[in-house]
Amino acid sequence: MSQYRTGTEDRPRSLLDKVWASHRVRGLRSGQDQLFIDTHLIHEVTSPQAFDMLADLGLEVAMPERTFGTVDHIVPTHTRVEPYDDPLADAMIKALRRNVAANDITFFDVGSGRQGIVHMVGPEQGITQPGTTIVCGDSHTSTHGAFGAIAFGIGTSQVRDVLATQTIALSKPKLRRIEVNGRLQAGVYAKDIILHIIRTLGVNGGIGYAYEYAGSTIEALSMEERMTICNMSIEGGARCGYVNPDQTTFDYLEGRPYSPTGEAWQQAVQSWRSVASDPGCHYDDVVVIDAADVPPTVTWGINPGQAIAIHERVPSVEGAAEPERSAIAEALAHMQLEGGSEIRGTKIDVAFFGSCTNARLSDFIEVARVLAGRRVAEGVKAIAVPGSQIVKSECERLGIDRVFKEAGFEWRDAGCSMCLAMNPDKLEGDQLCASSSNRNFKGRQGSPTGRTVLMSPVMVAAAAVTGEIADARDVFRGVGAVA
Amino acid sequence: MALPPVKATSGTAVVIPGNDIDTDRIIPARFLKAITFDDLAAGLFHDERFDEAGNSKGHPLDAPASQGASVVISGDNFGCGSSREHAPQALKRAGFDAVIAGSFAEIFFGNATTLGMLCVSMAGPDRRELAELVRSQPDTKVEVDIEKLEVRAGGRTYAVQTRATAREALLTGYWDPIGELLEGLPEVRATAAALGHSAG
Repeated sequence: MSQYRTGTEDRPRSLLDKVWASHRVRGLRSGQDQLFIDTHLIHEVTSPQAFDMLADLGLEVAMPERTFGTVDHIVPTHTRVEPYDDPLADAMIKALRRNVAANDITFFDVGSGRQGIVHMVGPEQGITQPGTTIVCGDSHTSTHGAFGAIAFGIGTSQVRDVLATQTIALSKPKLRRIEVNGRLQAGVYAKDIILHIIRTLGVNGGIGYAYEYAGSTIEALSMEERMTICNMSIEGGARCGYVNPDQTTFDYLEGRPYSPTGEAWQQAVQSWRSVASDPGCHYDDVVVIDAADVPPTVTWGINPGQAIAIHERVPSVEGAAEPERSAIAEALAHMQLEGGSEIRGTKIDVAFFGSCTNARLSDFIEVARVLAGRRVAEGVKAIAVPGSQIVKSECERLGIDRVFKEAGFEWRDAGCSMCLAMNPDKLEGDQLCASSSNRNFKGRQGSPTGRTVLMSPVMVAAAAVTGEIADARDVFRGVGAVA
Repeated sequence: MALPPVKATSGTAVVIPGNDIDTDRIIPARFLKAITFDDLAAGLFHDERFDEAGNSKGHPLDAPASQGASVVISGDNFGCGSSREHAPQALKRAGFDAVIAGSFAEIFFGNATTLGMLCVSMAGPDRRELAELVRSQPDTKVEVDIEKLEVRAGGRTYAVQTRATAREALLTGYWDPIGELLEGLPEVRATAAALGHSAG
């Protein structure tokens, strides 16, 4: 029944091998492969030029039923009244609406109740499925790898290529297995695992690789936690990262709008089981991490690899080897931190809980659990931005929104918001933000001198209520005991 | 549907020091608010170049001697972060045809190649020597040659590397793959059918 067992090869194969073999259309002159794309996701920022390029070439969308759109990057989260204040944002959203309507593309607009960050919408709708290839003009497309998909970000010219041919030109990456085994310490979350991996392997450690996350710790994670990990693969330089599909994956997908039903569901599960990596398959590299070694982790610098345990001290220029000194000096200067000082106790101005890394229902449930009855510290602006309208409405059904509002968080509509600050949610001046997002690059949150400290949502809540970078285990009863 | 082959380019160079130059730095997100790529050059490295009042911060791109440069020299992992094609588009529209770095982030590399830009990796000691030469003599002509896999400047020749597939695509005029991908459409439909997809 399964397309993954065809062929004569008996040698054990990885999920990457199987998906690549089944989706490779042919070889190209350059030596790259023409790779079939099952699912293409689009949003308002990286697609308008692609549609124009298509029109310039006189081409049509080859398989419009394989592209799905939503608005996330630019859409305001404080109001949904149109036209939006920003005429450029308004023009981009209108351009997307025109393009999807003209090309018969399914579109989850703000009025649908299913709008959200594109990497939330795919899984929620059951569009994201194991064994498929998924692309989007957004580097956090790696998120969908949580389902055992080969999913990666592409540029706008490649968005054009997918629209025109449902394929792209690409070379098969090497494969690194990252095995995390054992029990996590109390108060350590999926976000800490991926920040620890990036810190360990470096922000460029994954160039040329796909990451396969495996081991008992990863297998025990929920789908939402797996998405958090796969999401940040690109921050470690790996264009895609995946987890082999298992019962957790199938349970998540069953009954979703685009999931197969009836007999087709049984066949799909059988096929999805067979796409998982075979025991004994080849890996170009293997890294093993003991879950007990993963601490609550925060960034101190200007890339996601510049991270430390919450109880560690910030690196100093003097303590570093020569090649790293200038990078450390630049990061310390931007962050206004002193080398050798504690990160704990650093005053924050803004707490941002949102983004495609950490704005799913389980994140909100966990934060609400610790936040109940607490107040955001005076002088701190705290915003909670559900990743999708479905997450938002679920939170409201469960009364979670009240916990946030009573604590002093602003309760927003769904979108990317202050993760990349293309909408009105921005840092001002050199504000320091405790953020559940994925990038702490200079200027990332909308102010050139703004400062970002990445951490798990519960750590964001701890920073929000204390007004400083803090160890959530010291701030909230229950964090140390549960998790 | 082959394009003109791209074998080499030459021009003066500008040194943008540092590793892990991310695409948010190359083109801050607020400059992505446009439905065309036309005006991107104005946003190139904007927040590194100008303070909040719009005054120059003395970035290498704004040095008088850098005007007209067409080659960037930088560090490791150039172009990391966001997949925004706006980053190489902004460089291209500001007149840059080549980047010499220690290494490249993958998505940036692919996006740049599709625009016919040359991305070559050069070993650290050579790159530092070349950067020093360009800083001391900004009118030095830097030739980036991917056919011979070398960079020539100031009488010196430096070995460089690039991805074999990108080199082949540039040398044969297939660096923008759209024509070749379209040629494969009948096979694309066969692959879709083999995957169990109904005819699109």
